[in-house]
Amino acid sequence: MQDRLIISASPHIREDVSVKRVMYGVVIALAPAIIGSVYFYGARALLLTLLAIVAALVTEAAIQRARGVPVTIADGSALVTGILLAFNLPAGVPWWIPVAGSIFAIAIGKQVFGGLGYNPLNPALLGRAFLLASWPVHMTTTWLPARGGSLSGIAMRGVDAVTQATPLAVLRQVSDIIGDPSSTTHQVVQAREVLAELGSADSIANLFIGRVGGCIGETSVLLLLVGAAYLMFKHYIEWRIPSTYIATVAILTWIFGGPSGFFTGNAVFHILAGGLILGAFYMATDMVTSPVTPRGMIIFGVGCGVLTSIIRLIGGYPEGVSYSILLMNVATPLIDRHTRPKVFGEVKKRG
Amino acid sequence: MPLRQALGAPAEPIVKVGDEVGRGQKIGEANGFVSVPVHASIGGKVTAVSRFPHPLGGEQDAIVIEGEGDDSWHESVQPRENVEALSGDDIKNIVREAGLVGLGGAAFPTHVKLSPPESKPIDTAILNGAECEPWLTADHRLMNERPEGILRGLELITRALGCERGIVGIESNKLDAVESMRRALSPGSNIKVVALQVKYPQGAEKQLISAILGRRVPAGGLPMDVGVVVQNVGTSLAVYDACRHGRPLVERVVTITGTPLSRPTNFAARIGTLLSGLVDEAGGLDGDTAKVVSGGPMMGITQFTLDVPVIKGMSGVLFLGPDEIDVLPPEPCIRCGHCVHACPMKLLPTTIEKLVMAERIDQAVATGLNDCMECGSCAYVCPSRRRLVHYFKFGKYLAYQRKKAALEKSEREKGKGA
Repeated sequence: MQDRLIISASPHIREDVSVKRVMYGVVIALAPAIIGSVYFYGARALLLTLLAIVAALVTEAAIQRARGVPVTIADGSALVTGILLAFNLPAGVPWWIPVAGSIFAIAIGKQVFGGLGYNPLNPALLGRAFLLASWPVHMTTTWLPARGGSLSGIAMRGVDAVTQATPLAVLRQVSDIIGDPSSTTHQVVQAREVLAELGSADSIANLFIGRVGGCIGETSVLLLLVGAAYLMFKHYIEWRIPSTYIATVAILTWIFGGPSGFFTGNAVFHILAGGLILGAFYMATDMVTSPVTPRGMIIFGVGCGVLTSIIRLIGGYPEGVSYSILLMNVATPLIDRHTRPKVFGEVKKRG
Repeated sequence: MPLRQALGAPAEPIVKVGDEVGRGQKIGEANGFVSVPVHASIGGKVTAVSRFPHPLGGEQDAIVIEGEGDDSWHESVQPRENVEALSGDDIKNIVREAGLVGLGGAAFPTHVKLSPPESKPIDTAILNGAECEPWLTADHRLMNERPEGILRGLELITRALGCERGIVGIESNKLDAVESMRRALSPGSNIKVVALQVKYPQGAEKQLISAILGRRVPAGGLPMDVGVVVQNVGTSLAVYDACRHGRPLVERVVTITGTPLSRPTNFAARIGTLLSGLVDEAGGLDGDTAKVVSGGPMMGITQFTLDVPVIKGMSGVLFLGPDEIDVLPPEPCIRCGHCVHACPMKLLPTTIEKLVMAERIDQAVATGLNDCMECGSCAYVCPSRRRLVHYFKFGKYLAYQRKKAALEKSEREKGKGA
């Protein structure tokens, strides 16, 4: 026995956790939304997701082999990146879009920096930003209406905006009409009707269930929350980032998001529409690219919320979740450095 | 009988090969203030004074005594009837002469702890009954079996410190021990027994003080900075035995445990007993053993042989089977922050680890490296199985080396100037 004793530094026991288990936990959490995407947008959604996954895994393996490092595609991290990239695409994009996005996400977003743990930006979001910049038409006009619903989640015939755009895009259009002094009275009246309809109980219910147009995995708040609850239960994500992110968006859109002055915005609509829930629970919480300190997480969440609200309310795009998170990713090292917790028993000033 | 038993300088041997020694006879003299004497744990003949494997690693000087059957106490061991009459200084002298060290694991000389500088008045003596680590049950048994001795010891400790109260903190998963200790309290006593939340590391001094008194020991400071001295329950019992029965510290309770053992047992083991002997007493090893750990699973030190002796600071020995240990390689840090949440000292383990790996030791120290007590909580929760504590130990060693080098350099320069 004695020639086989192992010598190592303490501790000698470990919690039964691993990177792999965390990553597959995220995959399990995303499963309801994957199934939902097939229901709402058809088998095409699944095909695009699978293409993104395969492209992510192949890219990771190829680059790791070229770098001469162990191939670690079984750890699940590239799998998660592939799924999240597909989740950020309209269901009607051509088949090569998810492939191009995944290759970019893994190659430029992750492996260039040294692979898992070293990437400063969320790879899936970087992939999406790349696609949006390179093929904006494919990325903004190929929405599919959801089964059992419409593209915008509301049913108003005869209004172009309503039939051709996602909820946030409709909101952007009618807000522009209302805010534009050159709009005719008729246009303004119609826009206000659409606006009221967007905030109606039917519209909110459609957003919650996912019966609206949007990216493959972002629309069903219900299914995303089921997965998020699982992640929280497993302690794979914690509450600070998602709750501060969502609360900040809610407060800012309520105060500044209304057409009739302050405190008239529809916060519930802003929480449920677009990619906020997907972003807040699954992408802003990406461990590698978010702060590790408790206070840093709160600052990160609030920062994402402020940026998302600014982009949605006055920016050039109807939706700003991806860019907000990417921008806060950049700020993460700085946040961590300035939010170091006070050491147990640390005195305020050292002599 | 290793001459190095405790933190501080090892003892100097005062016997030579061929000498007859009695149980309890002093065989090694303390070497400086932060050092304690060593006593023979059995009567017999000294057969060697040489270097032997030591549980703290490597080889250390030790005195080998072969027993000759006579197990009566040496003539220097005399009971005292009138313990009440002992003054604080008497107690400190007895404790020092008895070779007492903290029995919780760190083995700091007890008389040093009982002699705080006058600028740091002590108002509370705390006994640690929280059992420092999982698996270890030595203190638990003691509290059930010898509560009176422990409490009398605490009275002596409070007298030596000149403080008005004593508190025994016990984790609430050992309510039988809480009960047993409370039953043994004498009426009107200035001692309290409190039940504490069960968590790791509740038995760490600073965390224990915070849990019991709500006082926070300043970073880089000692419990005496907030008017507290913490002793282990086993130490308290040893203080009592030393004062009342005149017995030096020649045995202690050792938990021998782990799944490969057929009969995990708490032994009252003589200092110097080889682990292999205790394992035989515990029924031998049934299963394959991959790791032998002196101490607990979170902070203990792995052993490369069972031919090491029990020392004063050895609270337990844990045997782990091949399927209980972690042999997978570490993965990259995914910055999940679990270590940050787990750290009881509120440090940033992941950041410090990266700084140490880059050998940016000054920055690591500025980020709190030396506040780390190596409790292992961060490495325990790490999903990437990173060797966090390993790097902290390494980093502290480097920091110490650099400090020493800098000191030597400045002294050399001073020498040149003169």
